[in-house]
Amino acid sequence: MNPVSQAVVWLNDPLNWTNPGGILDRLGEHVSISATAVLLGCLVAWPLGLWLGHTGRGGGLVVLVSNLTLAVPTLALLTILPLTFLGFGRPAVVVALAVFAVPPLLANAYTGVRQVDAQTREAARGMGMTGAQVLRRVELPLAVPYLAAGFRTAAVQVVATAALATFVNGGGLGEIIRFGFGLSIAVGGGQILAGGLLVAGLAVSVELIFALVERLVTPRPLRRARHRAGRRAADAVTGS
Amino acid sequence: MSFRLSYRADPGNPWFSWQYVRDNSETVLNALREHTTLTLRAVLIAALIAIPLAVVAYWFRPLTGPILALTGVLYTVPSLALFAFIAPYLGIGVATVLSVVVLYALLVIVRNTVAGLNQVPAEVREAAEGMGYGRWGRLLRIELPLAVPGILTGLRLATVSTVALVTVGVVIGRGGLGQIIFAGFQNNLYKAQIMTGTLLCVLLALVLDLLLIGAGRLLTPWLRGRAG
Repeated sequence: MNPVSQAVVWLNDPLNWTNPGGILDRLGEHVSISATAVLLGCLVAWPLGLWLGHTGRGGGLVVLVSNLTLAVPTLALLTILPLTFLGFGRPAVVVALAVFAVPPLLANAYTGVRQVDAQTREAARGMGMTGAQVLRRVELPLAVPYLAAGFRTAAVQVVATAALATFVNGGGLGEIIRFGFGLSIAVGGGQILAGGLLVAGLAVSVELIFALVERLVTPRPLRRARHRAGRRAADAVTGS
Repeated sequence: MSFRLSYRADPGNPWFSWQYVRDNSETVLNALREHTTLTLRAVLIAALIAIPLAVVAYWFRPLTGPILALTGVLYTVPSLALFAFIAPYLGIGVATVLSVVVLYALLVIVRNTVAGLNQVPAEVREAAEGMGYGRWGRLLRIELPLAVPGILTGLRLATVSTVALVTVGVVIGRGGLGQIIFAGFQNNLYKAQIMTGTLLCVLLALVLDLLLIGAGRLLTPWLRGRAG
């Protein structure tokens, strides 16, 4: 039997979905770990990025952070963090994933504030706004498309990376794939493929959902520029 | 607090130990060698596929969108899922790891090469045309050399992310240095082993990146002397 039909058979067994440690359990773990990690990343990266963008300093820091995290393997961070005070378990996994969510969030928050027209900023100053008011009432609303683009990139990346949590027994859909490999390819081929489909399907759906959200939170007049913003934001992430 | 104390009073598990590196130099070096060759082969194969693809996207504008979208979708698929898709067909071996990392490196190289080709000034292109260059002559003698900075950015990003990605190969037992890191984790959280693997990974990425920067300087003598 080829792996594809094996995978179809595996996915059609209701017990594989509802058993303890089945697909539904793993999906719940995967989503809750990822959501916590992205929220944690937002809490750290957005205030920092907005503030750095507002003061116009720290562009080098933003690039440095994204380059550094690019070079550190996910597996290394996932295995190192349980050795620190975080201890073995879910907090370490969440923090490791949050670290990988920071670069896109930070870079987009920074770029989002920096791209605000200097004349707009000066007009706000001329109206008598303080620095904090300029940030909150002018720069922040105009940076929303960038923040949304960064959020989407980060969310997709974290959902994808969360599959690796299985290596440190952190749960998530990756477990299904690793169990399959544990059974050897001849026996577990279907399960491996099914796990892959689930993980990829989740990542693609997250991408699509947040693309929609990104469109909804972008004020209509800014939508036409959205495409350009997305591309520039992506460039900010890859450092090019 | 008691936890912190117990963790400090644990002399048997240091963060780094030369003893470990000396005793296991053969294993570590083998892993490093496997990691390096895997990375180099992957980037080379990816470049050989991606640069022609980028040229096609550059010549035939309507194809730019689909090519970038296709590589973009490949990039969205999580690495572990790609392993899961490919392993049942290619088996447990180097071929599987290689295909996964090549697919990932594609997007970065294609996108940066297209960007590099697109920033060739229109006047330069017209001058080349006026001098009688054909499509291929122009590509090989004018456009590709001028796109070298873009191509190099793509290669550097691809190399650094490939070094990190190869470690995911532990899922099929071919993770290079990832094998060391993972073994350290299973080995009762042996910190020295995990740190050695991690540091070598980061170091490898750094060295390969510096080599590519050096190659870039040799290939673009006209940019030397300019700032940046």
